Amino acid sequence: MKGDGFMEKDSKTWLELYRLMVKIRRFETLTGELFASGKIPGFIHLSIGQEASSVGVCSVLRKDDYITTTHRGHGHVIAKGGDVKKMFAELMGRETGYCRGKGGSMHIADFSIGILGANGVVAGGFPIIVGAGLSIKLRGTDQVAVCFFGDGASNRGPFHEALNMASIWKLPIVFVCENNQFASTTSVHYSTSVKSIALRGEAYGIPGRSLDGNNVLEVREAAIEAVERARKGEGPTLLENRTYRLRGHFEGDPQRYRTKEEVEKFSEKDPIRQFQAFLKNQKILNEKSDQEIWNEIDQELQEAIRFAEESPFPQPQDALKDLYVEEGESLIQRRLV
Amino acid sequence: MNLRELTNTEAMVEALKEEMTRDPSIFIIGEDLVAHGGIFGQFIGLPEAFPGRVIDTPISETCIVGAGLGAALTGMRPFVDLHFADFTTCAMDEIVNQVAKIRYMFGGQAKIPLVIWAPDGAGLSAAAHHSQSLEAWFIHTPGLKVVSPCFPYDVKGLIKTSIRSDDPIIFFMHKKIFSRKGPVPEEEYVIPLGKAEIKHPGTDVTIITYSIMVLHALEVAEEMEKEGIRVEVLDLRTLWPMDWERIAESVTKTHRVIIAHEACLTCGFGAEISARIQEELFDELDAPIFRVGAYRVPIPFSPPLERFVIPGKESLKKTIYNMFGKEIDSK
Repeated sequence: MKGDGFMEKDSKTWLELYRLMVKIRRFETLTGELFASGKIPGFIHLSIGQEASSVGVCSVLRKDDYITTTHRGHGHVIAKGGDVKKMFAELMGRETGYCRGKGGSMHIADFSIGILGANGVVAGGFPIIVGAGLSIKLRGTDQVAVCFFGDGASNRGPFHEALNMASIWKLPIVFVCENNQFASTTSVHYSTSVKSIALRGEAYGIPGRSLDGNNVLEVREAAIEAVERARKGEGPTLLENRTYRLRGHFEGDPQRYRTKEEVEKFSEKDPIRQFQAFLKNQKILNEKSDQEIWNEIDQELQEAIRFAEESPFPQPQDALKDLYVEEGESLIQRRLV
Repeated sequence: MNLRELTNTEAMVEALKEEMTRDPSIFIIGEDLVAHGGIFGQFIGLPEAFPGRVIDTPISETCIVGAGLGAALTGMRPFVDLHFADFTTCAMDEIVNQVAKIRYMFGGQAKIPLVIWAPDGAGLSAAAHHSQSLEAWFIHTPGLKVVSPCFPYDVKGLIKTSIRSDDPIIFFMHKKIFSRKGPVPEEEYVIPLGKAEIKHPGTDVTIITYSIMVLHALEVAEEMEKEGIRVEVLDLRTLWPMDWERIAESVTKTHRVIIAHEACLTCGFGAEISARIQEELFDELDAPIFRVGAYRVPIPFSPPLERFVIPGKESLKKTIYNMFGKEIDSK
């Protein structure tokens, strides 16, 4: 991994980026284990191998900036400052979870820190981010809105509508494509008409950049530029973070669509391993301090898991709450017993 | 109270003007708004009155509704114009999967002060893609509120309430009633959601209805009076929340019920109302509940075909005669 030539040589920031990447990696790994042991119901989509993208981009954002994320969104939530206690609790369907157990893995949001929600629909974030961008413009603030999406989403209609609208209105948006090579189980080489999704920006008059999405510093530097551009009112940018999904589409995916050799080959480019080697090389990290980071994070995550496991499930009848702001019995359909 | 006659369109525009003046976070977004004043010219004057707050979009319904949602989630109160209710289909994922669910699936974190305004209804030879009445889809979707008034007074009061609501609202307005006039007070007022209103009192049979069918029902009520059948016309105005209290009151008074809508009969809102009445008020009924609605075909283009498919005054009359065992001269 290259490190020279980057604008900022700030070891404190670099360590913070590394720490966040490790936190996401461990969160995802533990989530996989909890799912396998039956403690997390439903479907789980892990972002292992894609940590450089979420951390590189979110490290540039302010608390009041907005993001939308995807079904593979745990990493973005953590990178934007999400609370891992509330996350684990939500994954386990507990009352103390982000959505009081109504959302689960694919529907985590934290409006207090600008996370406008993960989304169970591929490309579901595009229209929402256009609205957030428009709202920023109408309110006249200097916030920025970031839409995370995958290569698969760039083949859905909302991508194209959103890029066009963001461009004609010069909205303060950064579109961040995490090209992890697969739309569910289908290779991007089969499904996508262009070699690089960044090229699609040009069709809408939006600058597009294709990046080594496993190089956190490269991503961060591009994000700094794109976010600045947005904040200054110069319009949207499309970033393509080329990466590789090291886990299956979902936990339990038999992965018949790729070989073990392919996954092993890409493991060599694991963004955390690369950054770790780089930091050691730069004498910013050593064996001991590295181990400390991993231990500290594991301790925090184990505490969060304990918090989640000790939290109560919601009361069954709580299923009837939270549908409307102005509630009322007439709004909830009776159920015949 | 000073009354003047306004059209439904004028009533809506007046409501928008008042609300936009009161609250700077309200804006209108949709296609053909600024130069054209809305596809039906319905917003003429507003772009000039509120520069920058009436926003033209490309033909991108998905992102129009989604932009409304994103803006609603971040502090604004958007009023989305969808041109035709038929085009809700182009934004169905946004309406059904996002707008309707976001508050609930995020555990009540968000509020969504969003109005989606969608002209619906047939009768203009606009054919299958510009004539549908799709309210049942949205009543069926938890998380939405659905409004469909018919008189300028109700339109104005309910537009204002819808804009002020922190919940997402689909506001249907039948295209054929746009220029229909009615009295509207000059003084400020609002109408709460979920309140039906008796538009014609009667004691023999209740027609539960909404939107343009209210007008047909009122004509029928007048005519039936001469034949000694006193028809009560209950205009729901808001479809969800449904005003069950008013419905039950009227059924308990007349003991006979017809439910009428222009949407096709099968799985229409009438089916839901009818089911609930027979579950809860079975002993009150002196006759089976009858429903009036369109045939289950797309709305055809040619005027005789269209007239045949959608219900009107005659279908209501036939149903009443049928209910009371009277012969009717079937033309």
